[in-house]
Amino acid sequence: MNMLEVKNLLVRYGDLTIVNDVSFSVAENQWVMLVGPNGAGKSTIVAAISQGIPYQGQVCFEGENIASWKPVHLARNIGILSQQHYVSYAFRVEDVVRLGRYAHSSGLFSSGDDEDQRMVEEALEMTGLKPMRRQTITTLSGGELQRVFLAQIFAQNPRLLILDEPTNHLDLVYQKQVFGLIQDWARQPGKAVLSVVHDLNLVKSYGSDAVLIHRGKSVAQGNAAQVLTREHLQEAYDMDVYQWMNDLLQQWQE
Amino acid sequence: MLKEAKREGFSFSIYLLFTAILLAVLWICVAVGSVFVTPSDIVVAVWRTICGLPIPEGIAQSIIVFIRIPRVLAVALSGAALSICGAAMQGLLRNPLADGSTLGVSSGASLGAVLAIAFGLNIPGFANGGVMLMAMTFAFLSMLIILGLAYRLDFSLSTNTIILIGIIFSMFVNSIVNVVVTFAGEKVKTIMFWTMGSLSGSDYQDVFILCVALLIGGAILLHYSRELNAFAIGEDNARHVGVNVRRVKLVVMIAVSILIGVCVSIGGTIAFVGLVVPHMARMLVGPNHRRLLPASLFGGAVFLLLADLLARILLNPLELSIGVVTSFVGAIAFVYIFYISRKGKS
Repeated sequence: MNMLEVKNLLVRYGDLTIVNDVSFSVAENQWVMLVGPNGAGKSTIVAAISQGIPYQGQVCFEGENIASWKPVHLARNIGILSQQHYVSYAFRVEDVVRLGRYAHSSGLFSSGDDEDQRMVEEALEMTGLKPMRRQTITTLSGGELQRVFLAQIFAQNPRLLILDEPTNHLDLVYQKQVFGLIQDWARQPGKAVLSVVHDLNLVKSYGSDAVLIHRGKSVAQGNAAQVLTREHLQEAYDMDVYQWMNDLLQQWQE
Repeated sequence: MLKEAKREGFSFSIYLLFTAILLAVLWICVAVGSVFVTPSDIVVAVWRTICGLPIPEGIAQSIIVFIRIPRVLAVALSGAALSICGAAMQGLLRNPLADGSTLGVSSGASLGAVLAIAFGLNIPGFANGGVMLMAMTFAFLSMLIILGLAYRLDFSLSTNTIILIGIIFSMFVNSIVNVVVTFAGEKVKTIMFWTMGSLSGSDYQDVFILCVALLIGGAILLHYSRELNAFAIGEDNARHVGVNVRRVKLVVMIAVSILIGVCVSIGGTIAFVGLVVPHMARMLVGPNHRRLLPASLFGGAVFLLLADLLARILLNPLELSIGVVTSFVGAIAFVYIFYISRKGKS
């Protein structure tokens, strides 16, 4: 059974249709990449799946429609890393990461404090944040902040990770490191990843599958290599992406 | 969860320290005034009144027991309530300038109270009940209107939008208050006396009501300290980690409305307490609401007690309104916070 199943998703803002009849699925251990130009509707799809905006159609998790799920239940199964982070108050890094355990440590089905602490430590370790755990988030760079929220989502330990441009603000070293981390994470039993990614090279290297979005519609989907063909990319980006990529590559080789 | 609360919150000894400071300030505030009362006289008067024993001559029982103590307790409870409300709103809206007075919620509550006085709305058997209920209802409605407007104009609820809407709303509401006053006839005096904002005439009934409101509202807000932490990092983030954002927002807003409504109906609008105290508390104990809320609670009580003391002794025998002192200190603090937060952004 597919882990996530998005069926006929439709999102409208007034008269404007942002996402138009998009369907796709994510199976266990898959890393599905949502790609497409700016304004195509990728982040809106993520917002709809996270139940942040009203939509038509169905979003099912292991066959269950998640529209009626309680927020805590949703957070235990689906973790979302947004594109934007707000920093208004000087919280410590470890406090932000510990909030990731909210869904597990509130209510009747609390997993216990030791387990929470272990997950927080593990998340800090994975993202290399242990040395700065007591630093306040107001003093961090954009890249460091991104890692803090990534650590929060690792501490949350959901079944499905949904990442909206996870390497936003990250330099090349951390991009590589973060993608490696997510890849390892996705290979664990019972896990899967759906992410919005702009860098087509990363899609090719790490994505098992891809969904190419253009003007709110799915242009192509399936195996990443089959989706990112010259024709599909030409249609979505309205330019010869292949030619441009090759030109860039050549400059490196000269 | 319990261990986590222990790790993030204050230790028992810190609470003891807070209580000791509060009791000391309470004691000073009862002692100092137009008539100075020695600390031992306070103990004797209170003890003998509780036990129903005769009071020795020379001890001003009526001043201590029936004027100073209820006033001082009402001041402390109002300060605590307004501060914890400010801290909660600042967390909920991720906005360090949010507070009952800057958001316009206090003005809304005033309108409710003024309407109740003007139209003589009353709950039988519960003096001041109509004023209180109307103040609470109007505080809640104001909050709904202000936040609804702010969300429509600017979904990120930026500082500027909220403050602007708060100011416009306050002006609008104040104009309605003036219209009501114009038609209030012989009730004008009562309204004017009330709008000046004073806790000087508070009695034990006021203290009791403030106490109950603070117990309920304060407990709700303290219960949601973890959720407020999540909100303070961002509403989206709160939703993503599993917080029921709608429910928490609604319950926090109701708790804040009850507290502000009760405070306004008893003491009028006392501005800026909810803005200044949480800000100072945040500088001392950090932004984690498990510490910030209790620190604001105690800090607010102490701050307003000292403001009230100043109001009483600065121009002795004349007495300033407590709102004048808090506005004076608060306005300076407000500009300072605005300046610092703007400077931080640029």
